[in-house]
Amino acid sequence: MQAPGTRPALLFEVTSVTEVLSLSHVTKRYGGVLALRDVDFTVLRGEVHGLVGENGSGKSTLVKIATGVVQPDPGAEIVVEGKRIPRLTPYLAFHLGIHVVHQDLSLFPNLSVAENIFAHEYIERNRRFVSWQDMEHRAGEVLNRIGVDLDPRATVGRLPFADQQLVAICRAIASEAKLIILDEPTASLTFREVQRLFGFIRELKSRGIAFVFISHRLDEVLEISDRVTVLRDGVKVGTFPKEELTKARLSFLMTGKEIATQSRTVPLDTRREILRVEHLTRRGEYVDVSFSLHEGEILGLIGPRGSGRTEVALTLFGLNPPDSGKIFLDGREVRFRSNRDAIRHGIGYVPENRLLQGLVLDQPVADNIVVTILDTLVERLGFLHPARKFSVAEKAVADFGIKAPAVDAPVRSLSGGNQQKVVLSRWILTAPRILILDTPTHGVDVAAKESIYEMILTLARDRGVGILLISDEEHEVLQVCHRILVMKEGRIIREYVPSAVTEEALRKEIVG
Amino acid sequence: MLQRITGKTEVYLVGVLIVLSVVLFLLNPKFLTAENLFDVLRNNSFLGIVALGELVVLISGGIDVSFTAVATVAQYIMGVIITKYMVESVLLAFLIPIPIGIALGAFNAFLVNRTRVHPVIITISSLNVFYGFLMVVSKGKWIYGFPGPFRDFARLKVLTLISEKGVDYGLSIFTILWFLIAFATWVILRYLPIGRKIYALGGNSEAARRAGFDIFRIQLFVYCYIGFLSGIAGFVHAALNQMIQPNAIVGRELDVLAAAILGGASVFGGAGSPLGVVLGVLFIAFIKNGLILMKASAYWHQVIMGFIIVLAAALSAYQQNLERKRRGRI
Repeated sequence: MQAPGTRPALLFEVTSVTEVLSLSHVTKRYGGVLALRDVDFTVLRGEVHGLVGENGSGKSTLVKIATGVVQPDPGAEIVVEGKRIPRLTPYLAFHLGIHVVHQDLSLFPNLSVAENIFAHEYIERNRRFVSWQDMEHRAGEVLNRIGVDLDPRATVGRLPFADQQLVAICRAIASEAKLIILDEPTASLTFREVQRLFGFIRELKSRGIAFVFISHRLDEVLEISDRVTVLRDGVKVGTFPKEELTKARLSFLMTGKEIATQSRTVPLDTRREILRVEHLTRRGEYVDVSFSLHEGEILGLIGPRGSGRTEVALTLFGLNPPDSGKIFLDGREVRFRSNRDAIRHGIGYVPENRLLQGLVLDQPVADNIVVTILDTLVERLGFLHPARKFSVAEKAVADFGIKAPAVDAPVRSLSGGNQQKVVLSRWILTAPRILILDTPTHGVDVAAKESIYEMILTLARDRGVGILLISDEEHEVLQVCHRILVMKEGRIIREYVPSAVTEEALRKEIVG
Repeated sequence: MLQRITGKTEVYLVGVLIVLSVVLFLLNPKFLTAENLFDVLRNNSFLGIVALGELVVLISGGIDVSFTAVATVAQYIMGVIITKYMVESVLLAFLIPIPIGIALGAFNAFLVNRTRVHPVIITISSLNVFYGFLMVVSKGKWIYGFPGPFRDFARLKVLTLISEKGVDYGLSIFTILWFLIAFATWVILRYLPIGRKIYALGGNSEAARRAGFDIFRIQLFVYCYIGFLSGIAGFVHAALNQMIQPNAIVGRELDVLAAAILGGASVFGGAGSPLGVVLGVLFIAFIKNGLILMKASAYWHQVIMGFIIVLAAALSAYQQNLERKRRGRI
């Protein structure tokens, strides 16, 4: 296999020792569903291995098999550091040094950093007494080794999430992890915290610890990974060195679809202005913000977190009164005293977290959809009219292309993208004239994003709703918006038409 | 920092106790006499012992309200045996209720673990089962006329003083027992792996499962522990009163829960310390004693206890909310 002239040391490393984990011919069938089909997956010592795929592509099944939580169908082979493991259990995986840092971190919020790091030692039988001094001392050593500046005696629940995550990683290190699987580690981190996490990952990597990095954020996958494995519908598309990948190629490999970056909006046939703001200012948040929004128009508002974009949106929704400036609806000046005023004027606002958290997962699709318009569905005595509820819900399901087994099926049974559609459709049912969406595609996979774009575009085109789309992603606003406002440090610094700017230039404008 | 937080609760409580003592002293100077204080400590050792058991259950994220029935059943069986066979050995009498308490605790643990029903429901049910069964079998008969050594034991004091009226008083053996149990509970919770696992389970049960902790074993331990302490407390109660009434203890669940929650235990699990619970018991004991010294009606006691529980639980929920908010800002 080796090219002639390769140094012997490298030859030695490339043989058995460099492979921390090697899974081959992994197939897993759940009832009639094939979750994984003949997948090979190898992680090398000291590498960061990106694992990407849409929801349902088999990522989590693969992780469960790698950690012994789930057994693969017969025919698979699991090799850990050159040793064949006939039956991997969670206990065995732990002792072989394969650790997962779950998205929820699995920490004990009421215990100290030191205790969290060494909690696994409590199950060892030969331990009689807990030596706090010894435990705190050793925790300090682990933290130092990685360069994490945390007090071993601090209560974990009082630390910021990013620090808690480091505690979870230190816990893995303290129990001799050789491979750490990070499941969506950056989902709730800020940009700066992500960079800090990457710093620690690189540091640990240089000491020979391998990582599997699972994320929907393809930029980050490309930034931190050495190689990336792509799964699609339970099949491995391939493992690629980072150098061969771009973001566009990666999303193509994941979805099998070329993601267009050209504009997908239809030109506006009327230019009827429905919203205009003039010189809005609120001290400490935003300064001299002016723009207008037309019927059927999608207006992108892009800028870094903390640029004031959400604060402006809250003001338009009546929750954050401005110090000065004016808001006009249909040419008439309005002053909102509360968000109820705003709703009465036909303004809808979907906050960022609402999209993910606003659903009652165990309740039927129908109930989740009609929750915003319950008032219109009640009979004389104030009871809900069940037939009307179902007919409204069925119409919404059909109109918005929500794929659900039935309207009385629990929302939990829907895919992520369709859950998002449920949330959006309930706001659309209130028939807003202006809809403010705060980062509606944050943390969702490519397919789900696609269906959300489709809904936004339809809403503007067919119903003439004016949409203010707050976004983190340049290609998103370039595709879906008629105009783009760039906001920075509380000011709108530029306005673009998508055809007049490239993704690169836009990014520079925002970051630079 | 956990130590620092619980430390804060304890400092608060000490402050509150001092203020309360001064108020009670001003209302009735008799309150702050050594005689009265020793009496309070002695008479509340039953409450103090079971509250420590409740603390351990609460930390694990569970709750037990059946301990009054457990203590009653345990002391009643003891009473029947020692009066029937005239057992002269106090040690032997002491050892009878303990295994009964542990067995009933294990019964609770088993139900809580297997049915996955909330422990409040389980233990309210088992309270009725244990107590109802006892009433059926005993027909509610009182037991008295204990053997002589049993009577003498109850008067044992570590420190004996003589009051002006010539009555001797001092630090009762039962107070010592209560404090020893508090110390032992502290050692278990702080220095034994099982103690730390109890905190961990109460803090995040899913993480405890993933860390490989044997959840049933932890539950078995905590419910047996409160059963064990209920057995001891049943003995103490019988010795203090020199008789056993089947209906004397049941109904005092709220006092014990109040003491534990006041002392910093959280109904959401994962927090609390033995020192805090001892102080919580003292708080309730002082209030009760104050009411007696003021010759207030016993029903006032109930009203005040109800308010204290609501207040303590609301305060602890408020604190948790604050913390969650602080944590939520990421």
